[in-house]
Amino acid sequence: MIFKVFGKKELPRLFDVIAVNRVVGPVQKGTDKNGSPLHTFGEVRDFAELSLDYKTTILSAKRFVLPFHETLCTFRVTENGWEKDVDFNVRGPTVFFGLHACDINAFNRLDKVLMESVYPTPYYASKRKNMFIIGTNCEPQPYCFCRSMGTDTALHGFDLFLTDIGDRYFAEVQSATAYNFLLQIKTADPKEKDHQRYMDVVAEKNKKFTAHVDNTDLTKILDMEFQSQAWKEWGDKCLSCGTCANVCPTCYCYGVEETVDMNATGARKIKSLHSCNLIDFAEVAGGHNFRPERHSRLKYRYYHKHRGFVEAFEESLCVGCGRCGEACLADITVPEVIASVRGEGH
Amino acid sequence: MDNRLPLVDIMEEGTHRRHDDIGSFEYTYKAEIMNIYPMTASEKLYQIQIIEPDRRNRFSFQPGQFVMLEIPGVGEAPFSISSSPIRHGFVELCIRNVGNLTGFLARMQRGAQIGIRGPFGTQFPVGEMEGSDVLLVAGGLGIVPLRSAILTVLENRSRYGSVDIVYGAKTPSELLFTYQYEMWRKFDINLSIIVETPDDEWKGPTGFLTRILEDRVAQAGANFAANTYAIVCGPPVMFKHVCGMLTKAGIPMQKMFVSLERRMHCGRGKCCRCNIGSTYTCLKGPVFDYWSIMNLKEAI
Repeated sequence: MIFKVFGKKELPRLFDVIAVNRVVGPVQKGTDKNGSPLHTFGEVRDFAELSLDYKTTILSAKRFVLPFHETLCTFRVTENGWEKDVDFNVRGPTVFFGLHACDINAFNRLDKVLMESVYPTPYYASKRKNMFIIGTNCEPQPYCFCRSMGTDTALHGFDLFLTDIGDRYFAEVQSATAYNFLLQIKTADPKEKDHQRYMDVVAEKNKKFTAHVDNTDLTKILDMEFQSQAWKEWGDKCLSCGTCANVCPTCYCYGVEETVDMNATGARKIKSLHSCNLIDFAEVAGGHNFRPERHSRLKYRYYHKHRGFVEAFEESLCVGCGRCGEACLADITVPEVIASVRGEGH
Repeated sequence: MDNRLPLVDIMEEGTHRRHDDIGSFEYTYKAEIMNIYPMTASEKLYQIQIIEPDRRNRFSFQPGQFVMLEIPGVGEAPFSISSSPIRHGFVELCIRNVGNLTGFLARMQRGAQIGIRGPFGTQFPVGEMEGSDVLLVAGGLGIVPLRSAILTVLENRSRYGSVDIVYGAKTPSELLFTYQYEMWRKFDINLSIIVETPDDEWKGPTGFLTRILEDRVAQAGANFAANTYAIVCGPPVMFKHVCGMLTKAGIPMQKMFVSLERRMHCGRGKCCRCNIGSTYTCLKGPVFDYWSIMNLKEAI
């Protein structure tokens, strides 16, 4: 990898170089009841709109590659039957300016199932291949447990990663395109003291994590504790609202519905993201529900993230961003659920 | 310098190493309903053929696999294939009128154009079973996926040892494929049919199908399991009893196969709706060996 450093004043200039493209970044959406700013990822046209010091966003950047509703295809009624037209709904290349390591890793993990496994999905892949990602370092929040999930640093899946080392940015350059952008602003090769400062920043960050998840033998423990009372207790709290899946950067489950156009000359097939906590998730025609109880659906969410995905791809689907715990109306958080299933603190 | 990023077309050669899979992800075969045979009050058998001849030749499947049947504007759902894989581009689907899509389908006429995606999923190990005795057990609608295996075994009858089919239904009026029993029996097959609740005309045995199986096991004695493969299709509650019983009788778990059903929206391990604990029914199933099922939480 190639490293560069550049002064903080150069960042707006870098933005202007890149901003001939569509740029998406963290912007302030409003404030919470305590007056703290709330952020989301939105389209940015001016550097001043960007809030690069954001803690986290309410919704992840998932919606730009996995929209909540997406038309998979349309049908045209013809004389002899119908024709199917497929469009992968690509909006063109997009620059993501200011993703944290957890969100970059979320895309990397989604790639494994949606782009690299058997049956890669073109809807995801076509948007994913049109992403240019600039990562930025972050400040661990009380709900962040990315360090436990191995996602506190991004090793790949970005073009450029910027770490604030005080008076300047330490840049990891991973694509030729990013390098070309950097050629248009004033940069320098990092010196020994820049390396040291970078290492110090990482070490300081690592000290600030307060939430942890013990992943030791977790896949086995989840199987052993399948009938654990802890699931029932969390299930009783759960409202089955699906908010956790909504804010999650890696929840990709969906349902498909078809509708007939109003003029009855066509139809469309619409994919909508779903949540395994919603009551109809495993309900089949005729009314049988394979997971009628709340606790079995909640348990399933953990099974998919922390067991099934690990079995298939050697790592957890959860990236430890903590969004689900923050958004949960019943205050259910991943570190607490896993600790209780492991038999700690219960 | 032009700083505009180029638009990457996923369908361009070399962009994705699985180019063909990317292109066919949302591909639907156009198919025609050739014939519709009412089988019971709520089930009909649909004979479906892919319309374009060159596509028809490319469409082949294995017994146990399923297809997604799509009616544009109405929806899409997975159905087990009931026919023999011998005819390319042709499937028979036995479908109960129970929901939105199947209700719409029940009102369709022959000649209608529908869509077929697939085939998807794993298969019954009909090749591996050659040279062995075969026990095929179906409860209720379980006969629908099993029939594909039955027909394959019949078409290659000389390759298998003794063949037992045990089929149980709630009432005689719910029995499916009744017109074929005589033909099946001509192939030196021991076909036993049992119903839970008989009607006035029923002359066969009554009760659960485990009764027949118990008799069969007792009759064959110690030789029963030595060289037997079993396929069990039916409601989840049946798996526990039948597979448990057959395991006790000595059939190894890895030589016993079941076909599971779940809600599905994609057939390709993406929508997660068919997930059982940690496994996708559409990719690793719907046919599983009993050992895998025992290892899957919440499977049966």
